Amino acid sequence: MKRVIVLLPLLLILSGCSGNWGWYVVDPTTTNGANNLRFMATGAYNTILMSLTAIIISVIVGLLVALPGLSEKKAWRAFNRTYVEIVRAVPILVLILWVYYGLPQLSGITLNVFWAGVFALALSDSAFQAEIFRAGIQSISKGQYEAAQSISLNYRDTMRYVILPQAIRRILPALGNQLVYMLKMSSLVSVIGMQELTRKANELVVSEYRPLEIYTILVLEYLVLILIVSAGVRWLERRMNSSEA
Amino acid sequence: MTDQPNLIQMRGVSKHFGDFQALEDVTLDVKLGERVVICGPSGSGKSTLIRCINRLEAHELGEIVVDGVTLTQSQGSLDKIRGTVGMVFQQFNLFPHLTVLENLTLGPRRVLGLSEDEAKARAMLYLERVQIPDQADKLPRQLSGGQQQRVAIARSLCMEPRIMLFDEPTSALDPEMIAEVLDVMTELATSGMTMIVVTHEMGFARRVADKMVFMDKGEIVEIGTPEDVFTAPKSDRFAAFIKQILNH
Repeated sequence: MKRVIVLLPLLLILSGCSGNWGWYVVDPTTTNGANNLRFMATGAYNTILMSLTAIIISVIVGLLVALPGLSEKKAWRAFNRTYVEIVRAVPILVLILWVYYGLPQLSGITLNVFWAGVFALALSDSAFQAEIFRAGIQSISKGQYEAAQSISLNYRDTMRYVILPQAIRRILPALGNQLVYMLKMSSLVSVIGMQELTRKANELVVSEYRPLEIYTILVLEYLVLILIVSAGVRWLERRMNSSEA
Repeated sequence: MTDQPNLIQMRGVSKHFGDFQALEDVTLDVKLGERVVICGPSGSGKSTLIRCINRLEAHELGEIVVDGVTLTQSQGSLDKIRGTVGMVFQQFNLFPHLTVLENLTLGPRRVLGLSEDEAKARAMLYLERVQIPDQADKLPRQLSGGQQQRVAIARSLCMEPRIMLFDEPTSALDPEMIAEVLDVMTELATSGMTMIVVTHEMGFARRVADKMVFMDKGEIVEIGTPEDVFTAPKSDRFAAFIKQILNH
């Protein structure tokens, strides 16, 4: 939050230096400006909802893809590698277009804009999540598995009660990064008409012709969202560390 | 002791890691209630030997029978013997994110199907036995090394095993903490637990062991009662080894 407080005056100074700014379009003291701001802010709901839904799905899928990557069986590891390499290689924007316009032709399943966006974002992110989980799980010492084996825990209980709780603590910063990444990438879903922050800004630009101010506000909207997420992740890290201390 | 049945039988057991021969034709019997101490220079195969008994390592040749179950690849035989055999590690291997009590109750609850209250009651019983019931709600990292190792012993005992394996249980400890762990192990030995202990603590071996095993280069070089092997070692290698240990 401190950074926002520093940045805002900076922008105002910048605007003072140049005659090209026209802040009236988003001036909250005027009716039109306040309406415009409100219009832009309404996109936040979809941005957040889409990003959170996608990250939850991608964490689950990522974990399910990571586990075979740790298997002693070659075929399982090959599945993991293939999934990660292929999914990671598709640009998100291309994936969004493919899911929304291509998938219905291929499968007859038509996803609405929201779910097409969530599906594409989650699929794309799941490859990265799989790599993060694999690294996190591999960082847990062999002794933990042996101790679990020595008290006869089966694979599922070993993962659930011993390995994953420790691995998740270690990868929490990386998971936070992915959530930030997801919030930013969700802006791409605007191209298929999703009414989120970027789409709202685009629509306003078309009617108001003030791209500089509107996109600046858009930048700030993402900045605020992401700073809140970072603070939340740091709080979670502190809480988990203190529960271990 | 001689009229007791064999709890563990190893016949011609061999294993290698790449070119390294970890175990070479090892034959060893452990009777019910017997206390066996295994010593030897590092890399002599002593850890590998006990890790084969609960199949943390798989042997390649020969036969291992634990409590009537022949060790094979099958998951069934693994479940049976791991329920019978407890293990204490050099590095304790406590679960760092769980409290002492949770470390102890996890196995009984998930594997033996005890209720939370039953598991807690059992855990407290064994924490008292290793003399740290007051540490139940702490996390492992808040305890000293000696306390952590005693928790690890209690965690194994909570599964009520018939055999306890100790893999250099005091090697990672500061000198002043070794005694408290050995005391707990001595108490366990007097209670009649079948134990196989890999250690360099010769005082403990003399006090507690029914059988001393000396290994070198994957082979059992010397075997006998502590009295026999310490006073009249048959092999030069073992004689040199104890001389080195005792002078150290």
